[in-house]
Amino acid sequence: MHETAVAQSIIETILVEADKIGKKPIWARISCGQFNALNDEAMQFALDVASQDTPCKGIVLEIRHIPLRASCKRCQNEFEFDIYSGTCPACGSSEFDFVPDAPLLLEEIEFEDEDT
Amino acid sequence: MKVSLNKRILNRNDECAQKNKAFFENHGVLCLNVISSPGSGKTTLLSRTILALKNKLKIGVIEGDIKTDTDAAKIRATGAAAVQIETQGACHLSAVQVHDALKQIEAAEKDVIFIENVGNLVCPSAFDLGEKKRVVLLSVPEGDDKPIKYPGTFAGADVILINKMDLIAYIPFDLDRVLTDIRKINPHARVFQVSAATGEGMQQWYDWLCDTIA
Repeated sequence: MHETAVAQSIIETILVEADKIGKKPIWARISCGQFNALNDEAMQFALDVASQDTPCKGIVLEIRHIPLRASCKRCQNEFEFDIYSGTCPACGSSEFDFVPDAPLLLEEIEFEDEDT
Repeated sequence: MKVSLNKRILNRNDECAQKNKAFFENHGVLCLNVISSPGSGKTTLLSRTILALKNKLKIGVIEGDIKTDTDAAKIRATGAAAVQIETQGACHLSAVQVHDALKQIEAAEKDVIFIENVGNLVCPSAFDLGEKKRVVLLSVPEGDDKPIKYPGTFAGADVILINKMDLIAYIPFDLDRVLTDIRKINPHARVFQVSAATGEGMQQWYDWLCDTIA
């Protein structure tokens, strides 16, 4: 349910931008990592609720899910971490460090062409 | 028209978390964010820790729950200062709520502030509260599959306490599996096996706490 808090933050930021530009926001893309992953359907729902009665009403959300990467301590291979194996695909070692997980980012907003 | 932003979504929470962090550092207070499922023993852990260390450390507790001040009352019964935040439905504590609570327990005078987050293995891990260390509890009756099912929370932990070890003889719980799974997702966390109810294994946790303050 923290989608609600995330959606409110997204809408607040978009409204600030919309105010500067003077156009209606219609689409936005956010990105998240794996440990802070967001569910696409739940996020769109939370955004629909948070955007009611604002110029963001009806906005469509796209989420870019960024894989988690790890770096092997034994062979220095950097790889996409798979939670089911939890080992380096090159040498099989389970000694590795995570590359920091991607943060929650509001990447891009699209505005309608006509002025509001 | 498209506008590129690349702005952190939880910016406002993160900014307040930085303020909290600065407050704790300036006053030499160790702040710990305690996260777990409901019923895994966070309040019992804190009560026992306070009773064991109260002659040595000044401890304050910020309690987060959806409803009631039951937990704060239990903490106050140990003699420690506690403030209850009722989130009224929210599934996690935010940095702003913690910031407002700090004044109410004279946090600047304390050696340690525990923040007992809302019982939930998912949402609290997304919100930095400005803590120095994150403590995650997993209790034996919850089952041995929790670290791998909730990797985000366990990956962010500095300390993982496996609680209710006194029940391990009665419940199917593969301790080796838990330890292996924790190593996969968080090779750096300190792991302690404890029973906050009986006191078993708690000394290593107290030692870690005292070493972390010093």
